[in-house]
Amino acid sequence: MLPVVDLGPLSIQTSGLLLLIGVWVGLLRTERYARKLGLDANQIYNLAAIGLISGLVGARLAYAAQNAPAFSRNLLALLSLKPEMLDPLAGMAVGLLTAFIYGQQKKVPFWPTLDAFTPAAAIIMIVIGFSHLASGKAFGAPANLPWSITLWGTERHPTQIYEILAAIVIAALIWPREHQKWAGTPGVRFLILLAASAGARLFLEAFRGDSLLIFTSLRIAQVVAWLILAGVLWLIARRLSSQAGQPAESTNQNGESR
Amino acid sequence: MNANRPGFPLTAAALLALAAIWIAVTSLFIPAPAAADVEAVPREGFAAPDFTLTSLSGETVQLSALRGKVVFLNFWTSWCPPCKTEMPAIQQLSEQSPDVAVLAVNVSDQDRLEDAQLFLASNRINLDALLDSDGSVSRLYQVEALPTSFFIDKQGIIRKIVYGGPISSALLFAETSSLVEEP
Repeated sequence: MLPVVDLGPLSIQTSGLLLLIGVWVGLLRTERYARKLGLDANQIYNLAAIGLISGLVGARLAYAAQNAPAFSRNLLALLSLKPEMLDPLAGMAVGLLTAFIYGQQKKVPFWPTLDAFTPAAAIIMIVIGFSHLASGKAFGAPANLPWSITLWGTERHPTQIYEILAAIVIAALIWPREHQKWAGTPGVRFLILLAASAGARLFLEAFRGDSLLIFTSLRIAQVVAWLILAGVLWLIARRLSSQAGQPAESTNQNGESR
Repeated sequence: MNANRPGFPLTAAALLALAAIWIAVTSLFIPAPAAADVEAVPREGFAAPDFTLTSLSGETVQLSALRGKVVFLNFWTSWCPPCKTEMPAIQQLSEQSPDVAVLAVNVSDQDRLEDAQLFLASNRINLDALLDSDGSVSRLYQVEALPTSFFIDKQGIIRKIVYGGPISSALLFAETSSLVEEP
């Protein structure tokens, strides 16, 4: 574990640093893949930038709104670089909504754009696993197994390593290459990433030591992952059946739709 | 993959059924660690390790004796610039939040007592700092960066850790207020 990296007088949280690198590498990959899909790479880049910036602003404003008395003492704190003063869920919602509105206004094709972001999302999910490993978050339940790791004096499931391995397998599954028959239907690559990620979370949550529970023993994350899995499988079925009712799409050399 | 084939809905249904069975089985046979089993580890979600330290004024403070109160625990030294920047906000918290116990621990094995006293006096900080003379508490809390701050709830569980600084007064008041409001 390496929660903090000291760079001279600066103490930087390793997890945040890894996430920044992941987003940067992911965006580079998205630009290249968007071109392959025949999308306007600049427009996709702008979409990502608008989503990220509005997400950050939304996360800070949501945190400030929930803690208004604290911020009323010091409005400049709204501009603080501290990542602790962010509401990640609200930020994600604001970022996605803003990107969606921007995409609609600029007439960016919805499903192919999601496909363009899929390899980036897969990279970021691997990086999230490494950031958990560095920070010690998403830690495992105590377990006496040959592959257990000792964390804070207790043998535990190496859930962060499970998470990284699952993310690598999912990335390999959805990574664009030839002979992916399902890739001809726009959006399916992205939906498969979502379904596989939900499935992985549902499976691995059982080995975590930080699960939130309802009804005494039911893990909330598993229930949420099951609902997401069900919704995404339904969407995949819809996408595939609607595509089957349309004339065949032209595809590029990688079997990707145009 | 073709949704028009009868196999796809069946496969999807089978996947969902398997997932539901996994949830049920793991809920029943792989119980999540109970809150009562939380070990004392200096990480978010764990019980804050107990310690006893003496303050500059000679008062002895034991962390576990503060159970039932929200605790803000800050590790600092006089030579650390962000520690100096954030100290007025910490003092403000101490003065304005009677429900929060503010523990400012001087990592004394990396500092000199006279420097620490001068630091507090010259910055008009009247906190009764705790002295970690042999560095055992900062090692117990695995402090790797200065300053490092821990927000501890009324049950003695570490809820947030802030590595580095300076910490803003908004963050201090926001986090401690939400912990104070919890039952």
